Parts: sequence; C-alpha cells; structure tokens
Amino acid sequence: MTLLQPKDAAEAAEMILWAGSERASLEIRAGGSKGGLGRPMRADHVLDASRLAGVVDYEPAELVLTARPGTPLKDIAALLAAQGQMLSFEPPDWRELLQGGGEPTLGGTLACNLSGPRRLRAGAARDFFLGFAGVNGRGEIFKAGGKVVKNVTGYDLCKLMAGSFGTLALLTEVTIKVMPRPENACTLLLPGLADEAAVGLMAGALNSPHEVSAAAQLPAIPARRLGFADSALTALRLEGPAPSIAFRAEALQLLFGSGPRLDAPESEAFWRKIGEVAPLLSLPGRVVWRLCPPPSVAPKLVAAILEKSPSAEHFYDWAGGLVWLSLDAADAGPDAGASLVRAALKPFGGHATLMAASEETREKVAVFEPEPPALAALTRKIKQGFDPYGALNPGRMREGA
Amino acid sequence: MIVMPPPDAAVLARRGAIVAALRGIVPGEGVIDAEIGRRAFECDALTAYRQLPMVVVLPQTKAQVVEVLRYCAANKIKVVPRGAGTSLSGGALPLEDAVLLGMSKFNRIVEIDAANRCAVVQPGVTNLAVTQAAQPLGLYYAPDPSSQIACTIGGNVAENSGGVHCLKYGLTTNNVIGVELVTMEGEIVQLGGKHFDTAGYDLLGVVVGSEGMLGVVTEVVVRLLPTPPGARALLVGFPGIEGAADCVAAIIGAGIIPGGMEMMDRLAIQAAEDFVHAGYPLDVDALLIVELDGCEAEVNHLVAAVEEIARKNGATTCRVSQSEAERLLFWAGRKAAFPAVGRISPDYLCMDGTIPRKRIGEVLLRMKEMEKKFGLRCANVFHAGDGNLHPLILYDANKPGELDRAEGFGQDILRLCVEVGGVLTGEHGVGVEKRDLMGAMFNESDLNQQQRLKCAFDEDSLLNPGKVFPQLCRCAELGRVHVHGGKLRFPDLPRF
Ligand SMILES: Cc1cc2nc3c(=O)[nH]c(=O)nc-3n(C[C@H](O)[C@H](O)[C@H](O)COP(=O)(O)OP(=O)(O)OC[C@H]3O[C@@H](n4cnc5c(N)ncnc54)[C@H](O)[C@@H]3O)c2cc1C
Repeated sequence: MTLLQPKDAAEAAEMILWAGSERASLEIRAGGSKGGLGRPMRADHVLDASRLAGVVDYEPAELVLTARPGTPLKDIAALLAAQGQMLSFEPPDWRELLQGGGEPTLGGTLACNLSGPRRLRAGAARDFFLGFAGVNGRGEIFKAGGKVVKNVTGYDLCKLMAGSFGTLALLTEVTIKVMPRPENACTLLLPGLADEAAVGLMAGALNSPHEVSAAAQLPAIPARRLGFADSALTALRLEGPAPSIAFRAEALQLLFGSGPRLDAPESEAFWRKIGEVAPLLSLPGRVVWRLCPPPSVAPKLVAAILEKSPSAEHFYDWAGGLVWLSLDAADAGPDAGASLVRAALKPFGGHATLMAASEETREKVAVFEPEPPALAALTRKIKQGFDPYGALNPGRMREGA
Repeated sequence: MIVMPPPDAAVLARRGAIVAALRGIVPGEGVIDAEIGRRAFECDALTAYRQLPMVVVLPQTKAQVVEVLRYCAANKIKVVPRGAGTSLSGGALPLEDAVLLGMSKFNRIVEIDAANRCAVVQPGVTNLAVTQAAQPLGLYYAPDPSSQIACTIGGNVAENSGGVHCLKYGLTTNNVIGVELVTMEGEIVQLGGKHFDTAGYDLLGVVVGSEGMLGVVTEVVVRLLPTPPGARALLVGFPGIEGAADCVAAIIGAGIIPGGMEMMDRLAIQAAEDFVHAGYPLDVDALLIVELDGCEAEVNHLVAAVEEIARKNGATTCRVSQSEAERLLFWAGRKAAFPAVGRISPDYLCMDGTIPRKRIGEVLLRMKEMEKKFGLRCANVFHAGDGNLHPLILYDANKPGELDRAEGFGQDILRLCVEVGGVLTGEHGVGVEKRDLMGAMFNESDLNQQQRLKCAFDEDSLLNPGKVFPQLCRCAELGRVHVHGGKLRFPDLPRF
C-alpha cells in the first residue's frame, strides 16, 4: 500500500497511469471524512488529494468560485461568509453519522453530491457545479463545463461527476456557483401533527407563494432528542430580507396555525442538526438508511416499514422527499433491512441508500439502490469508458464497478 | 458554411424499403414520404442551413419510438429527433440519409401532481402549455425561453434551455427531475422521477443538454413552483454600456438576485421601441430591465435598494412599474426584440456566448469594432444577470457573401467570449452552428471524454450525428485500452 500525494494534475495523471500499468487500484481520498460512505473498498494504494488544495479564484460579483478539490469546506464557507455569500445547497456534516473524523472538502462534497435542507428549494450540489478539471482512470487530463454561471457547451459532465463517488475521475479543480446569504432567517415550529398531516401541510406551504426554504417533520421522539418538548414538530424555514420574512411568517401562521418561532441563530443551529441527522444519532446498535421517495407518499412508506419493524425511528426532511430511517440492527437482520426497506419503497419509486452500518454489512448489502438492467448496462459502459482498468475507487458504488 | 457528414449511399439506395418498413411500424400519416411534406421539416430556426430529410416519422406511442429506433439501429440508419424546430443552433437540422423523428404527437400533459410539486408531460407539449396547465393551482414551470409558445419540453431538455428568469430559478437542468429515455438500441430507461436525486450516476443530468444525441425523450417530469405573488420591474437607462454593466455587478454584489435582469443596447432599444412602443428612453446607450418578485414587502424593499444602486452607477432614467400592465409593457419590448430586429434587417444570426459579467463593457466595445471589420451591424439584447450575450448580427442572405461575413463575425464574437473566460453557448446549444468552434474551448482530450459518454449510449453514432462534435465519434478507437505487446503505454514508471 503506497500513499500517493500528487501536488498537481500532471503528477496525479502520472500516478494514475502508473497504477494502470501495474493493474493496481487506487482509493481516492482527500479529507477522509466520508470513508464510511458507500461500499468499503479494497484498493491497492491511496491517492490522497489533500495537497490539491487552495482557492484559485473567487469573484463575489460573478457568483463564481474556483478551487482545488482538497480545500476544506470550512475554509470555503469562511471565505464566502466574509463576502456575505454561501453554498446554497447547504452541505451537511456527516462525520458523526458516518462515525469518521477527517475534514470535509469541497471535492468530496461534490463527488458525493451532498446537499442539506435547502436542497428542497435551491437544488443539490450538482446544480451548483459549473466546471472542473480532472484525470480519468486512463490517466488523461481533461476539463468540462466552464467558469461562468450559464453554459450549455458540450455535455454536462459536471452532473456525471457529482454523485460518482470518485469512480470515474479524480477532480483536480472545480468551479461552483455561489449565492448571496439571505439577509435574515426564521423557522416556524408547528407542534403535534402526525406524519400524514405534516407532509400535507408541508406540501401546502411549499405550494404557497411564501417561499419556504426548508421543511422537516420530526415525530415526538426525534424531536425530544433535539431538546424540544414531547411532541411532534413540523418545521418551516423562511429566508430573505427582514420585512419579507415578517410578512411571510404571519401569512403562514394564518394558513397553518401558530407555534414557537426560532430566530436566525437558533434557526441555523436547528437546520444544521437536521442536515447532520442529529435526531437519530448516537443510538447504539442501529443502522441508518436514507430514503428518497416521491414526497407525498413518504408517510405511507414509513408506515409500511414500521409495520414490519416497530422499533424503527425516522424523521423527514425535504418536505417528505428525504426520509431518515434508523433500524435496530438485530431486528433488521443480516441484510440491515435492505429487503424490507426496498420492498416497501418499490411501489412508490425512488431510492434507498444504506448510510451507517458496519463495514461487513456494507460489503454484503447493496448500499446504493440496485439499477434495472438497461440502466445498469449504461452505468457499466460509462465506467468502462472513463476507467477501463477499474483503477479508481473499485467497488465503491457497486460490486465490480 | 459547416459541412455535414456525407450521406451513406447504401442507405439512400434502400430508401423505398426503409419507408415501407417504417410504415409497418407507424401507420397512416405518421410516415411522410412525399417531398412536399418533408419540406416542412428541412430546417429549424437556424434557417441558413437546410436539408430535406430522407423520410419523416411522427410516432404516437412509446412502443412505436422503440420499434423505430430498434429498426434503425439494426439497419444502421441515422435518426434526428425533433420537437418544434425552434433550435437556433441547428440541433434539429435533418440529414439527407436520416430519419427525422418528429415528437410533435407526444403532446399530452399526463399529470399535474401538486402534492409532489411536479408535472408529468410528454415531450411534444409546449413549454407554455405546462405553465398554463399548472396555473389554476397557483403553480408554474420556471424556465421560460422567449420561444415558449412554440418550443417543446423535449427540445428544452435536449438544449437545456433558459429564459429571462433562469438567473433566479435556474435552467431546464435545474427544473427537470425525471425523464423517460429510449436509447438508440430501443431500451427504455427511467432517469429520476418524482423523487429527489438519483441512486447512481446522474444520467438525467447528462441527458439534459445532450442535444438529442443520447436518446429520444418520451416523457418528462418537471418541477413546478408557486407563482410569485407579485413582481415589479425597473426600466433603467444609462449613457454608457459601462455604467449599466457596473450596475448589474453592484446589484448582485449587494446580495440581490433579481427574477430577471436584461440589457439592451442602443440599436436594440430603437428597434424594439419602433416595433412595440414600450416607452423605452431613446437617448441612452444601454437599458436595463430589472424584475424583482416575491411578496409585496420584499419587492418594495428590493426596488428601493436597486433604485439606489442604479443612481450610484450613473443611471439617467429609472422608472418603476406602477401596475401589472406597465410591468408587462416594460417586458414587451424585450420580448419582441428578436422580431423587432427582424423588421430592420432581412436576416439575422442570433449568437449566444456567456462571459464573466465584469467583462460585459469591454466585450460590447470590441463588438463595435468588429462591426466595422465585417461591415455589418450588430444589436445586443441579453441576459445581463448571468452574462449571457445574444448579439444579433444583421445581414441580407440575398447579398452575395453576406452570410459568410455574418458567420465570420459570429465566430469572432464567440472566440472573444472564450478568450475573456466565457463559453460558446449559454442556452442555445452547440448544434451545427458552433460545432467547429468547439476546439476554441476544449482540447482533444476534453472532447474525447464527452464522446466516451456518447459512445456509452450510442456506439454506432446513429443518433443526431454531425452535431456538437467537430469530428464524428470513433467509439472503437476511444474505447481502446492502450496495450502494446501485452503492456500498457508506460510500463516502467517509477514507484512514487
Ligand atoms: C424566437 C426564438 C426565441 C428563442 N428564445 C430562447 C430563449 O430565450 N432561451 C433559450 O434557451 N432558447 C431560446 N430559443 C431556442 C429554442 O427555442 C430552444 O432551444 C428550444 O428548447 C428548442 O425546442 P424545440 O422543441 O423547438 O426543439 P427542436 O428545435 O425541434 O430541437 C432541438 C434539439 O432537441 C432535440 N430534441 C427535440 N425533441 C427531442 C426528444 N423528444 N428527445 C430527444 N431529443 C429531442 C433535437 O434533436 C435537437 O437537437 C429561441 C428560439 C427562437 C426561434
């Protein structure tokens, strides 16, 4: 096992070529915070991207930032905050969830397409990924996309990279779109709603013109873990200029009833915890799933799972479009509940990912939703085109890919 | 003129048999064989390029699309998909030896699903029809190309189309959450759906903007948004382009993302005003239309902020719409800018580069110099908020040499866009028009990666060939692993 630490794209390309010539595989790593995400890898060597760090260019008035992928996310966030800007997709910190340490980086965040509560309205990491340079598994340096906010020149390979978990190419430079930080924010909490009613309410709120920028439903137990009184909580976030928030909060309360209100700092802390999956953390002997169903069916889906696994716990983000589910590992059985979860999801559509489970479990169980044959064939051909030797992150997403 | 790939003589020789086979799949008037019928499809909105298709097929069902593609794949016949034919880059330009697959009969809105904030539509539905169907529920589909009464969702997906509101609400790619795609082999794949994100590679993301080259889209799920409760527009005039450009940067720098922010230069203002009488000031060099949307409290707050910024940047006129009618009037001139320019010139080419906003002033000045070099006029109407230029190059196709000069002018503009850090196309696509300029932005290695993606979907390059890439894909060559005598290219690299 060799630790390869390229200082630039040219060196990285040489290393990847070398790996290819040795028929050796590489685990791409930067901050190491997401080692526990996806299938465990058995790579021969580690390609450490942490020296590929630093901001290359940042033009606040252009809404564009170019950086090398190993740049810590917290550095990016601080740089943007100083200019009143932010990453709109609100990348969550999953270090506790994944029980790893490390330092989340910009490249890792994009490669895993990690988005937090604002994804609901603003879009996912992939929606802000404008361009990149990288090295494919053949050791070829290439670039795609651009450094401006609007571009349709050539295929959108940024989308292909986002969520490819380093299985197609090593990113060596990335350009993203950044957004102004809202002047102000507040969160409305509506207590006591059952899931079905809450998801209906959240849909109504999102379809209202009051620009809800995050919507979550916490059943009583997860709510209690966040330090709230013993009752379910439906949370709606509003962001914007202060007079606008005041008006919209009033309007929403007229529509849906009133409850406690979190002001900007508390609101920020609340949604950070939602992104971090805090309501389901530190439960020993559990596995955690992340389900993306069509939002409106989420309560039915959860009910179907609860019926089979009464010890399951859950909460909803993205107005129901994201369900976090914690299962008792012993109840869930050797497949960590995969067959239960996926059978429940099947009639509704969507996908389920096994997020937190032991390495042995993630090795055996399909961590990402299995693809139907025609789609799986396309996936295989794309992987083959970019990384024919299977050098990059072998088996991270699928067995043998 | 851009040269299209030479037709396959063997396919042309079998034309009769091919037409008969297609009639076996799509009955009746769904197969158009007569020249007069095919004529209607000979070009899209890049009218300088025309080609009669070998045969036109208008399928009505997904099963027919699958069958047609299977037949064409098996017989190595090229296929060019088409929506409404409003592409400005020649994306739907037919080929002499290809089937033109018109998707206009896929015109059903399958479902408006308010609970999931989306609509399921067939690809031949027009962009505007989606919004019209969603309106009774207070919802709409955000991307709004100026061609929205005619262009189809399938075309929007293929081109990743934008519109005046994409600064705040995103392009097609940010508003489409699912597609059903039939590959050239005739396989049906579902990419995305009513849920968020995908479990594997984001193939939905690459299909959007793939210019009809990865598969035929047979169904689309689009995100619907609540209609903003209100909007007001500001009409701001500047004595120079620089002031307007600085104002745009200052608005964004102040943390304001307007619903739309458009700029017009003197020639465009004049043409638009003569055409629709929107009340535009005629004594300014640059006009900005800034639209702010949201609840009344927010709109008023932002209007005041933008007025202040405009004043600081030397605006000589600044009017705020006082009614919905007035807001629409402000927009009327902008929306009619292309036809307005069409009235003052027999023909025009519409370019579409994007540049970093801070270079707007400089780039517009250099275009003025190019006007002299090429002896042609150029009007500018564009999406200033995102730096997406639409220079309209005025020419007369009947005057010998003018089209060539206009094309040369356009190419110089696009090269300039790339030179200042921008890109060849912001929303119209590469198509035929910008195909041979791809080398200005991408090197061979860059293009090879894009082609490898194409090869995964369409190994024989049968779907819409001759577009986007200056050279046809050589999938076998691109897929090859570089093995020499059982070894890789660089067998002896030292260990690191
Ligand atoms: C006056 C005018 C104004 C315009 N304004 C704008 C604007 O503001 N913003 C903007 O972005 N564009 C604009 N356009 C360009 C054009 O309208 C868009 O590119 C539009 O999306 C094309 O849609 P269409 O249905 O006409 O597609 P077509 O022109 O028929 O085809 C475009 C491409 O899509 C492919 N295609 C079509 N349907 C399918 C399908 N079902 N499956 C696979 N591939 C398919 C075709 O092969 C082709 O490559 C404008 C055009 C005009 C004429």
